[in-house]
Amino acid sequence: MIKDYFKLATKNLKKRKLQSWLTLLGILISIATIFMLISLSLGLENAVQEQFRSLGTDKFFIFAKGSMESGGIGSNTAAVQLTLNDINTIEKVQGVKQVTYMNTGNGKIEFNKKIRYAIVIGIPLDNAEIFKAMSETSSFKIDQGRLFKETDKKKIMIGSKYAEENTFGKKVGIKDKLLINGEEFEVVGILQSVGNPSDDQNIYMSFSDFKLIYNSGERVDQVIVQVNPNENLSDVAKKVEKKLRSARGVTEKTQDFEILTPEELLQSVNSILSIITGFLLSVAAISLIVGSIGIANTMYTSVLERTREIGVMKAIGAKNLDVMFIFLIESGLLGLLGGILGVVVGLAIGKVIEVIAVQQLGTTLLRIGTPWYLFVGCLVFSFIVGVLSGLIPAWQASKTKVVDALRYE
Amino acid sequence: MSNKNIIELRNVAKHYEMGENLVKALDCVNIVIEKGDFVAIMGPSGSGKSTGMNLIGSLDLATEGEIYLENEDIENLTESELAQLRGKKIGFIFQQFNLVPNLTALENVALPMLFQGEDEEDRLRKAEELLAIVELKDRKEHYPNQLSGGQQQRVAIARALANDPEVILADEPTGNLDTKSGEKIMVFLGELNKKGKTIIMVTHDPDLAKEHARTIYSIRDGKVESVERKVKNKWAKIKQNTCRRG
Repeated sequence: MIKDYFKLATKNLKKRKLQSWLTLLGILISIATIFMLISLSLGLENAVQEQFRSLGTDKFFIFAKGSMESGGIGSNTAAVQLTLNDINTIEKVQGVKQVTYMNTGNGKIEFNKKIRYAIVIGIPLDNAEIFKAMSETSSFKIDQGRLFKETDKKKIMIGSKYAEENTFGKKVGIKDKLLINGEEFEVVGILQSVGNPSDDQNIYMSFSDFKLIYNSGERVDQVIVQVNPNENLSDVAKKVEKKLRSARGVTEKTQDFEILTPEELLQSVNSILSIITGFLLSVAAISLIVGSIGIANTMYTSVLERTREIGVMKAIGAKNLDVMFIFLIESGLLGLLGGILGVVVGLAIGKVIEVIAVQQLGTTLLRIGTPWYLFVGCLVFSFIVGVLSGLIPAWQASKTKVVDALRYE
Repeated sequence: MSNKNIIELRNVAKHYEMGENLVKALDCVNIVIEKGDFVAIMGPSGSGKSTGMNLIGSLDLATEGEIYLENEDIENLTESELAQLRGKKIGFIFQQFNLVPNLTALENVALPMLFQGEDEEDRLRKAEELLAIVELKDRKEHYPNQLSGGQQQRVAIARALANDPEVILADEPTGNLDTKSGEKIMVFLGELNKKGKTIIMVTHDPDLAKEHARTIYSIRDGKVESVERKVKNKWAKIKQNTCRRG
């Protein structure tokens, strides 16, 4: 029975080609938008997760409280500071394999008589082990030149952006000299792109050089703790937290530093992501409402146009429910068809955005995610929207009086 | 109530409200239709014959009185029960043909069987047989707008026969056709009658009624004016049941 209704509905839609297409357009646009938004946000979520995975699951981070909120990481204005003393405390906690740290600051970079501003990161070189851990966490991969040596002084490693002509009007090469906040530094290594344009502009120097030009003293902006392989990360993190509290003379309430484990970080990133996605989806939902009004309108017209046909069907034995189903399935199919096209268009737009993002912006974060449930979900959803839009017109059709309908011109 | 009657209207009235006026389209009418008869319902436009046809075809319910379809009082049936019943017992032929434009001839003929829940294979097979009866087997894939009026009406006849109903109710079946096509339609109806179908034809054409029918109800001003029956090729008025107000 249902199968027959589907056949009837398909025939009707085919016969009213132009009108059907125009109606489809409304649903198409909104489903395309929804599909694209969800697939991009899923892709972003995947990419973020992957980045965290590449960081490794055996490390956690410590910041001074307030440094995350005000002015971002490495802001010199953060009231509370972590110091090299704290590093010593952390190193002594049981389960900690090694501790490394970094400072960040804004640098005025001069080269080829041009001035650019970039983030300068100071990392300790005095311990080969630590630097190894550092390069692991920051996923340093050398493109040209070499990594830092323990004895390096006034040397820098630079991001891949500087090897492009358009940054300083001239490619920066190995052994070139850059002025950073007025001090001269020699380039020893150029890093491979990490896929994120702003990170590709970072400049790395030794912690002692950083201290010198930023006058940062004992300050440490960010601490990275690696735990022993067989230790539970959050257990160690709790121990470190406790030790650090007593060393800094603070209680749980007045604690002036924050510990972030990868899971927590991931959670907070994901929650921000879902807020943004939710907002965009609610915008898309408005277009869906407009689309469904379009379907309702088409169905109303169709019911009116076919009043006589409804009368005939009822005369030859169609029950009210039969008539209702025929129209509901028709509007459901309109929705579904719009959904199918919407998914195709959304997928295409998403792919285009992905290609542009990779080629033009150099970021791999904007990749679309296309799990099967997104496809099925969009299609089922569009069918349901179609059915709901047709509900009132179909009900009206089913209530048509046979005698009046047969007289209808 | 005898078993030879297939449809009975007893003391039936149908009133419509038009604004503040009450229009008495039918006012106390008695009609008895016997199984196997060929009945013509005659009357000028506005006489109430269309209303009468709607009631006979159980397309509408009476304001007063009782209507029996095969001895079943239809008054208390729901709209959907009524639809099922008439789909099974009555085949309709309309002046405007009223085929469903988006369906082929074959699908149109099969449609009433769909509403009775028959499966597709049976439906299409029977529909094809029925199209063969009205000599349109070769046009089964044509859409209504690809068929002439006469052909459309023959498809409508095939459709009316779909659920093998006892009664064929034809409302001005030749009204929109040229003489030749009209004659052909009447031949088909006559043959169906010979095979035992009860035919009820609504018409305003007395010649057509006299030529084909055996019983003629003349309706005027919402009342049955006369009932005539052909006995041995002669028309005789028969006595009507007088209207009794309950």
